Amino acid sequence: MAILLDRRQHGRGPERTSGPRRAVQSVLRSVPLLPAVALLAVFLLGPILYSLYGSLTDRSLTGPAAANPQFVGLENYTDLFSSPVFWSSLVLTLVFVVGSALIGQNVLGMALALLLQAASRPVRSVVSTIVVVAWVLPEIVAAFALYAFFSGTGTLNIALGWLGLEGTSWLIVLPILAVTLANVWRGTAFSMMVYSAALAEVPPEITEAAEIDGASGPQRFFRITLPMIRRAISTNLMLITLQTLGVFTLIWVMTGGGPGTSSATLPVLAYQQAFKFAQVGYGTAIATVTLVIGGLFAIIYIRVLKPEVD
Amino acid sequence: MRTKRPLVLVTVVAVALGLTACGSGDSDSGSPDAAGDSTITVAYQKTDSSTQQDALMQKSKAEFEAANPGTTIELTPINAQEDGYFTKLALMNGSPETAPDVIYEDTFQVRADAAAGFLAPIDDYLADWADWDQFYDGAKEAGLGDDGKTYGVSMGTDTRGIYFNKQIFEQAGLPTDWQPTTWEDVLDAARAVKEAVPDVIPLNIFGSKAQGEAASMQGFEMLMYGTDDTLYDADAAKWITGSQGFVDSLGVYDTIAKEGLGPDLQDALDPNLPNRVSDELLPQGKLAIAVNGSWVPGGWMTGGVPWPEWEDVMGMAKMPTQDGQDPGATSMSGGWLLSVGANADDPAKAFDFIAQTLNKENTFKYDTEASQIAVRKDVATDPAYLAFNPSFEFFSSLVDVTHFRPATPDYSQISSNIQVATESVITGQATPEQAAKTYDDALTQIVGDDGVQASS
Repeated sequence: MAILLDRRQHGRGPERTSGPRRAVQSVLRSVPLLPAVALLAVFLLGPILYSLYGSLTDRSLTGPAAANPQFVGLENYTDLFSSPVFWSSLVLTLVFVVGSALIGQNVLGMALALLLQAASRPVRSVVSTIVVVAWVLPEIVAAFALYAFFSGTGTLNIALGWLGLEGTSWLIVLPILAVTLANVWRGTAFSMMVYSAALAEVPPEITEAAEIDGASGPQRFFRITLPMIRRAISTNLMLITLQTLGVFTLIWVMTGGGPGTSSATLPVLAYQQAFKFAQVGYGTAIATVTLVIGGLFAIIYIRVLKPEVD
Repeated sequence: MRTKRPLVLVTVVAVALGLTACGSGDSDSGSPDAAGDSTITVAYQKTDSSTQQDALMQKSKAEFEAANPGTTIELTPINAQEDGYFTKLALMNGSPETAPDVIYEDTFQVRADAAAGFLAPIDDYLADWADWDQFYDGAKEAGLGDDGKTYGVSMGTDTRGIYFNKQIFEQAGLPTDWQPTTWEDVLDAARAVKEAVPDVIPLNIFGSKAQGEAASMQGFEMLMYGTDDTLYDADAAKWITGSQGFVDSLGVYDTIAKEGLGPDLQDALDPNLPNRVSDELLPQGKLAIAVNGSWVPGGWMTGGVPWPEWEDVMGMAKMPTQDGQDPGATSMSGGWLLSVGANADDPAKAFDFIAQTLNKENTFKYDTEASQIAVRKDVATDPAYLAFNPSFEFFSSLVDVTHFRPATPDYSQISSNIQVATESVITGQATPEQAAKTYDDALTQIVGDDGVQASS
């Protein structure tokens, strides 16, 4: 939202002035930003740099390395990249992000938004209330609810039993699928709301004009609607990707990253290494890698969807 | 281009917000700063099935405050399973502001925490404490740090063995005075139970990361120390890689998993399994054979889940060695200590509190209620102590064959990798050989090439 506002302010035609006066003016104009920049530097950049430094040490929760952490250079990273657990965790993370955020939440959220747009008012309010409930629940509550749903004696298996089907222990047999579905359930409401708002902004006369010109439904959607809400898509994708990349509670409560390491995404792996196996430096290195991956996703979205181009 | 900057900013904020979900960073949980020198903070573990520490601390707090007017004992019970307790304790110790003055500490953590500078040496205070002579030498050594100084006073020790349900054994046609002599005997009994009484879990040996040290000590090491190999060569000060005993021990987990002799995977990986075994599965007759610690009957006698019938239902057997090799049985011993925190405002007073908490009367109360093997001579030889719990005699007899964990500062990290190995075997992610190889690699990474030697 901040981006859109920002654009509009600039779009209202700033007076072009020239030369040094303009430079002075722009410096003066950025003065009110200083407190925000200072706060970001202290509370955001500082911790990031500190964690970057921490990932270059052998800092540990206990033992000699807790009292005197040594600088070990890139050792944590070479250990990490030569560890098969890290690579499987990276793949799991990508599966989780692509499956639950990019495909699940995003596509389902868009589909729900489109359907609700066409739906009658009572249907719309009932459906959106139901969907939003998952978003309203605190993450820990949602995680317990989903654990109860997927666990061996849980709701899902009981329901399958009514249909004469035999369930399985989903959290053991298909842990990554279970947590992916759980995250779809929990996060779809957010995409739905973003897209509902964006669709409402599309002027109906443009779609009507296209309709008169003989464009089919899918054509209207892909050539008119999608390009017009591109910025909302970009913002939404970015937010849900980064949010999903950081999902910890949901997975930790449902599977603990297990069985073994078969649902240990990078945040879970980082937590285990740092706080369970006491290797804080190594865990910080994993967190840093996660940060870089989030940055890569962000750059891709900015480049591909070009939200700044009209 | 103008809009790009805010967008990047949003990105950075979102990434950072996402990552805070990892729970990184020391939260300022724990006790508030001790107000002056008149408050002593005490950190200890409290769970549903181990309320005895809490009872001991409450009693001692009342006594100490009555004897020392103006001093407040601030109890900080930490509600967590063993693994979570260590993490929380380490985080509390991460800052002098939150570090407790008196710490309830597992013996295997003492060296690591002393090396980390969390604990204060207490030799000077012990020299003036008459009761210290009452402690057995083994108990005194349990509190030693790498530097040879003493960092804790032992509350009691424990041994481990096999519990079996005599009623289930009768149904399966097994003797109620059962004493296996090899691992295969144990597995055969489990197979017989599975055959005859299919709705109970035949055998439980802890093996999941989620169960923390219980999986290493009550689980894997009960097997490993019954082989011809060992984890650590104390004379050479080197950890052993590539031992057959390690693979064979994992092989038992593999057999249990493959033949379905253990709890199903969902239960086997449950972090609460140790509590459920003692509070639920054994008392309700849902588990036939359990390898577990000597403290378990304490919960049935004085803990949160009373089970007076246990004396008639439960049998106890020694854990056999792999093929019955000498000495025929094995056990593991640990125990907990009370230590003075390195950041204590008044370490002398903190020690006084420990001395009073572990005087004869209180040690007797704790060792009987928590089903500990007493390490104070005056308690261990007290007829009232021996008469209190019928399992004391059996578990005390295991002292002859017991082992202690390798006392090195990095044991806790290595122990975590043992749990990784057992869990990867019970989940079928690795064969025993593969899991042993992964352990060897992790071990070498922790202690370095100089710290390991290949099994001979």
